[in-house]
Amino acid sequence: MSTKGKVKGIISNLVTVEVDGPVAQNEIAYIELGSQKLMAEVLKVIGDKAFVQVFESTRGLKVGNNVEFMGHMLEVTLGPGLLSRNYDGLQNDLDKLTGVFLQRGEYNYPLDTEKLWDFKPIAKAGDKVEAGLWLGEVDENHQPHKIMVPFKLEGTFTVKSIVPEGEHKILDVIAVLLDSEGKEIEVTMVQKWPVKKAITVHTEKPRPFKLLETGVRTIDTANPIVEGGTGFIPGPFGTGKTVLQHAISKQAEADIVIIAACGERANEVVEIFVEFPELEDPHTGRKLMERTIIIANTSNMPVASREASVYTAMTISEYYRAMGLRVLMMADSTSRWAQALREMSNRMEELPGQDAFPMDLSAIIATFYSRAGYVYLKNGQTGSITFIGTVSPAGGNLKEPVTEGTKKAARCFYALEQARADRKRYPAVNPIDSYSKYIEYPEFEEYISKRISPDWTSKVNDMKTILQRGKEVQEQINILGDDGVPVDYHVTFWKSEVIDFVILQQDAFDKVDSVTPIERQEYMLNMVMDICRTDFEFNNFVDVMDYFKRIINVCKQMNYSVFHSDDFEKYVGELNVILEERKI
Amino acid sequence: MATKAFQKIYTKIIQINKATCSLNAIGVGNDELATVNGKLAQVVKIMGDEVTLQVFEGTEGIPTNAEVIFLGKAPSLKVSDQLAGRFFNSFGDPIDGGPEVEGEEREIGGPSVNPVRREQPSELIATGIAGIDLNNTLVSGQKIPFFADPDQPYNQVMANVALRAKTDKIILGGMGLTNDDYLYFKNVFNNAGVLDRIVSFVNTTENPPVERLLIPEMALTAAEYFAVDKNEKVLVLLTDMTSYADALAIVSNRMDQIPSKDSMPGSLYSDLAKIYEKAVQFPAGGSITIIAVTTLSGGDITHAIPDNTGYITEGQLFLRRDSDVGKVIVDPFRSLSRLKQLVIGIKTREDHPQVMNAAVRLFADAANAKTKLENGFDLTDYDERTLAFAKDYSTKLLAIDVNIDTTNMLDVTWGLLHKHFKPAEVNIKQELVDKYWK
Ligand SMILES: Nc1ncnc2c1ncn2[C@@H]1O[C@H](COP(=O)(O)OP(=O)(O)OP(=O)(O)O)[C@@H](O)[C@H]1O
Ligand SMILES: [Mg+2]
Repeated sequence: MSTKGKVKGIISNLVTVEVDGPVAQNEIAYIELGSQKLMAEVLKVIGDKAFVQVFESTRGLKVGNNVEFMGHMLEVTLGPGLLSRNYDGLQNDLDKLTGVFLQRGEYNYPLDTEKLWDFKPIAKAGDKVEAGLWLGEVDENHQPHKIMVPFKLEGTFTVKSIVPEGEHKILDVIAVLLDSEGKEIEVTMVQKWPVKKAITVHTEKPRPFKLLETGVRTIDTANPIVEGGTGFIPGPFGTGKTVLQHAISKQAEADIVIIAACGERANEVVEIFVEFPELEDPHTGRKLMERTIIIANTSNMPVASREASVYTAMTISEYYRAMGLRVLMMADSTSRWAQALREMSNRMEELPGQDAFPMDLSAIIATFYSRAGYVYLKNGQTGSITFIGTVSPAGGNLKEPVTEGTKKAARCFYALEQARADRKRYPAVNPIDSYSKYIEYPEFEEYISKRISPDWTSKVNDMKTILQRGKEVQEQINILGDDGVPVDYHVTFWKSEVIDFVILQQDAFDKVDSVTPIERQEYMLNMVMDICRTDFEFNNFVDVMDYFKRIINVCKQMNYSVFHSDDFEKYVGELNVILEERKI
Repeated sequence: MATKAFQKIYTKIIQINKATCSLNAIGVGNDELATVNGKLAQVVKIMGDEVTLQVFEGTEGIPTNAEVIFLGKAPSLKVSDQLAGRFFNSFGDPIDGGPEVEGEEREIGGPSVNPVRREQPSELIATGIAGIDLNNTLVSGQKIPFFADPDQPYNQVMANVALRAKTDKIILGGMGLTNDDYLYFKNVFNNAGVLDRIVSFVNTTENPPVERLLIPEMALTAAEYFAVDKNEKVLVLLTDMTSYADALAIVSNRMDQIPSKDSMPGSLYSDLAKIYEKAVQFPAGGSITIIAVTTLSGGDITHAIPDNTGYITEGQLFLRRDSDVGKVIVDPFRSLSRLKQLVIGIKTREDHPQVMNAAVRLFADAANAKTKLENGFDLTDYDERTLAFAKDYSTKLLAIDVNIDTTNMLDVTWGLLHKHFKPAEVNIKQELVDKYWK
């Protein structure tokens, strides 16, 4: 018998329900409203009153309406066929919803129950298994989608039987397990999992160390992120957070990409809908959409399910990680999620923390980021979730609770800067303030020196030193005037400009320039650092500027040309001629 | 709003404060409308049998024995082609002396478009203003505000844009408009002979401020009727969204909610997003484009209202007076149209993206040179040239009184680049330089 209740009070989407039985924190309930049922989640219980947040508009809701409690928390449905789908924050398949407008109370099953999958067993009768171990696999868009022992099963089980290779629907029983008491458990290809709980079917979570190639130079070269790493991109509006995230999601060397559009613009999601089925994954040549899942809870969709959307995305990420895959998850913007928490917390009249955010905001953020990571699975394989969130700081001021909370939780920091964006120096990542903590890991250093070259790290450090010097020199020139400083100062400044224009700046909308594979990044950094190490002969500062502008111009033409193409080599030739002019 | 027969009349108000009053009533729906001594009000809270009503006009003069009648519906608008050419108040009642509109009654603030049912915006909206068309190209289905100090001529620019844009309907949502501005819009539309394409919902400074909270959704409900039912291209003008947000703050403050930054309600982002996200391109051809005005105080865009707006809209058009040329320009630094890449170089000439960026970069160099000059340093020849370029660029392109077509704007820019710079100084792809440098 499930618990029932009646609506007692309504303030916006916070509804008080008088209940006739037990209810659990975060339990899901449905509120009847005419012929519709509105989904809601329990946030607080006092006596026989449950306070629920409704995931939809409560317009027209009345005192006395019936409520039914479901006995479980908000869950996602996990199984083959998740890839390429567009879900809302509660995992409704947006393509299956009828009509142009979203209808309140319309929910659907997120997977296709009729599709036949070619199942191949991995386990065999008699095997001892536990939660998360692989029973078999199906091919989902060229990825080996593992069918696992349901995560909810506790203890060790024996495989009693498993179906042979053949075609099955997701709800067919593909294996029967026996628990320690000999009770039979039927396993299908589908399982459910509550989104707020991490899936922890791994044995160990070592420090991540493998470069995750993104093709974005200011990340890979200057402040790399790793498989299983975490990063965040704060920036005032319009500085390029979304463009940068989209670039990473298109280009990164990941098996699965999960994009949570959390309280941002619908048109930006449409851009993905339009582009991803057409664009190719630069690493496999297959269509990007094949490896992508989109969780769209745009800013005009119900605020309460905004919070759910990031958890839905993370849980699906964990599911694919348990298959030994490299998952990249993006959330744009985590500030909108924090704001949804704030709206609810205020409505519940909780004691507010800084800027009226909930007191425990920082802990909530930290717990969420900690669900990412590189793991060893129980069968010795590895899997990873790399998580990159954007942060939209109010007034562009990084001293606000969401940015500060995230800074503690994420290991890479890509600070987008208004001044750079204003000057169209895209991506507007500030090269000096930004950091990647992974560079400091000896494991990473060892990996990168094998992957690229042993002197890579020292070159990158030299590059950063020049950028820093360039900035200092520029400040001095600003104070003392162009001719108030030695000509050398101008040379130093312009060398840093070469790095900025040629390595850091990258046109996300140019076919060639947008993606730079790591080999090409190595070539360009070597080239630029050679220029920076060269001594040049100048008599006055005006010549310095003219000369370096020519260098920058030729190097930029290289960035726009296909690597080692005739054009590219022509510009290399031109560059060498220019360098010869003033080399000492 | 006429009352129906047999409606229950309540006459016992148990609590009154500045914005709301409460009474005991049953069978009332959330968000439902009511009248309190004839004043329109809306249900904002229900606790057991105690219902709290927000009275739009304010609660001044409401007695504890006021007559309260529940209307059984949320705020709504009657939609039909009869809307065209008409002026309405915040409640959708005519204010032009004309007859009531007949049509289907629709609740305002309806559901959102399913994102997978949206079409990607792709149609350029030409305004003739180079600060917009060249640097910040607008696209149908976009939402974008003007950021301007109150003394900038934003309503004039917006009216120009509206009249030049090729749209089927223009819907004006005026919030806290001065009476003069209201008459200005009325005149401009009248003189242009386009009144039959225009629907206006107007709340002036003479009306109670809280009423204007209904304006955007009234305007957008009308817009959805024309864009969805009639597949028309609709342009919605919302001025001034700062007055709208101020009204939100008044209400939330009176209801004792915890304010967040700048005394604005914590839900400001969601409240504004709900409005702006109504901008859409429908697959069947209809579209809603929103051009709004957000007035700033002292150019401060970090204030919560412009800040949240910037995070929601697809760019912003920043108006400022360029004292070097004595004209109001669309500032290329702080302005941005995020949808421009969907059309520039595609619907316009191939050189558009690169030329646009090059010119803005050089304009930035001019700004640096100006700083040097102000700090008393000598200028280099390059600095001098950027300054000369900036003057030309401001006058011939950025000024809001420019009215030329996009190809012409590109030619003018190339002309200025050629006049002041060498090809190696402009950082443009060689093949484009080879083709267009003149
Ligand atoms: N790498 C880039 N190359 C070229 N243009 C860029 C690049 N990054 C950003 N831009 C420009 O900046 C605009 C704004 O970028 P974006 O939408 O990513 O900003 P945002 O930080 O996500 O803003 P918001 O917080 O409002 O969502 C883009 O529309 C584009 O014109
Ligand atoms: Mg964004």
